[in-house]
Amino acid sequence: MIDPIFLLEAAVNGVLLGGVLALLALGLNLIFGVVDIVWIAYVDLVMVCMYLVYFLVMVYGWPLWLAGALSVALGALLGLAVHLLIITPILGKAPVNQLLATGGLLFFLQSFATFLWTTDHKTVRLALPILEVGGMFLSFTRLIAFAISLVAMLGLWVFLRRTYIGTAIRAVSQDREAMALMGADPQRVYFVTSAVGGAMAGLAGALLIIQYSVHPFFGAAFGPLTFMICVLGGLGNMVGAFVASFVMSEIISIGGVVISTEMGYVIAFVVFIVMMFARPGGILARRG
Amino acid sequence: MRPGRVAGAALLALLALGPFLPMGGMRQYILHVLIQILIWSFIGGAWSVMGRFGLVSLGHGAFLGLGAYTVTLLWNFYSLTPWIGGVAAAALTVVVALVVAYPCSRFQVVGHYFALVTLAVGEVVRLLIIAERNWTGGSLGLSLKPATGDSLLAMQFADKRVFYYASLVLWLAGLWIWYRVDRSMARAAMEAIGEDETAAASVGIHVTRFKMGITMLSAGLTAVGGVAYAQYISYVNPDTLAGIGVSLRIVFAVVLGGMYSLLGPTVGTALTIALGEYLRVVFGLRFIGMAETIYGLLLILFIIFLPSGIYGSLRDVVARFVRPARLASGVR
Repeated sequence: MIDPIFLLEAAVNGVLLGGVLALLALGLNLIFGVVDIVWIAYVDLVMVCMYLVYFLVMVYGWPLWLAGALSVALGALLGLAVHLLIITPILGKAPVNQLLATGGLLFFLQSFATFLWTTDHKTVRLALPILEVGGMFLSFTRLIAFAISLVAMLGLWVFLRRTYIGTAIRAVSQDREAMALMGADPQRVYFVTSAVGGAMAGLAGALLIIQYSVHPFFGAAFGPLTFMICVLGGLGNMVGAFVASFVMSEIISIGGVVISTEMGYVIAFVVFIVMMFARPGGILARRG
Repeated sequence: MRPGRVAGAALLALLALGPFLPMGGMRQYILHVLIQILIWSFIGGAWSVMGRFGLVSLGHGAFLGLGAYTVTLLWNFYSLTPWIGGVAAAALTVVVALVVAYPCSRFQVVGHYFALVTLAVGEVVRLLIIAERNWTGGSLGLSLKPATGDSLLAMQFADKRVFYYASLVLWLAGLWIWYRVDRSMARAAMEAIGEDETAAASVGIHVTRFKMGITMLSAGLTAVGGVAYAQYISYVNPDTLAGIGVSLRIVFAVVLGGMYSLLGPTVGTALTIALGEYLRVVFGLRFIGMAETIYGLLLILFIIFLPSGIYGSLRDVVARFVRPARLASGVR
């Protein structure tokens, strides 16, 4: 039998992982809710930002916070570029093609990263202590990342609730056509959404690089999980995605300790498939 | 259709004579590339059987992996001939497809949701193969137990020409099945379902039955493709035969060629494999990743500018020039 303290440790680590996953899922969900396209390459944008932070900190010796800020800016720029160059020309096309165009971007980013930076795993090492709380070992780095992502999500919430453009974004995700009739400029809403979604990818990149090593296939490793969290929470549903992140991260974290890392993921994916059938609209949706 | 038929017959004759054409020292390499193109075209065709009706699966790697691993494990551990093992693999895959497709159809999981559910299925199969590393070899993959010399029973041959003809037959069979589906009632029904499920159901189309049927057909064919690939390469690996990577690769090749036409998947697959080989030869090991980078870039450009694929677009252009002429002569 497994010592309960290990389970508790796994549960706490699950919560910490969930915070960063939630950040990823909220960024993707924000874009999906407004533009109605799943960016298959979203986590690959995160990967690019992780490389940026790695090089700025480890090669050029920048302080981490400054590199992180630049990573957020790069994320926003990438988000805008993806929207302008890839999404805009295919906005009215078949959903399949929209899905696949961003899939092509996934291939492009993955292999270009392989070309530029090889497949070596790269890590930013932080000399931060590991806390011992009641027999559990918790990484201080993860605690900080968790706290920052919570603050960022709170910031997103305030932005969507309290600002004019935020209100417009929420309105568009509810009804695209009506919003254009009300005199709001959908183009501007799309731009802001893609930039904000990209910025969240940049922030997530900065928070992930201090916990995980980056390699060109990082997107392939975290991507499927992120999409599933979004669908599990209900595509476009922010609160649902937030809850789903923690459900999935707990399953992965505890399953990983009890059985094995892969089986943790397998169980999480099976839960996703089953939930898809039980509640197709997301875990928080009312049964219709 | 007369010139088209002549061109088709000529192409077929060329393919049948393929291994005996003079190719010099490149023979083995060219045959290897051709075999890969034929097998992956068959798999692409299997995908497009359901993909063309809006059932976009991003998890066909699951079916491919199940097929390849079932036949390999049965041969390695129980020495079961791939002829029976292949049937078992296809049967198992069809059952798995049934388990996934039934609820998908019942609960109207369509569009984005369907793509993401199938993506999860693909990842589940990949991770299960890695997790069961004691007998699947995990991420290191698994080699087929070699038979003694050439063996029809073990489907192992030293001569590539045998595999060439086998894959040619497989490819033709795939085209024939695609054509039969294209000319059947199922096509009309599936197109109606793809447009509007509720409307299709209201005119008496059995939505669930058709969707399940087409999914099972597609999955079974994909598993057969996986079996063929495993027998040819005699090595299976979870990352090349299951999961999101290979699933997307299948879809891209088909979309590149055009999923609404008989030869679209073949054209797309041939182009992607030829491009990959060409870039690999040109850039070699100096620029690892460059070939795939160009490939990814081309994909984006194609999807933006030629959404019905290379073959589909070419055919539309040809049709625009040929049809008015034929109509005019018909009037006369």
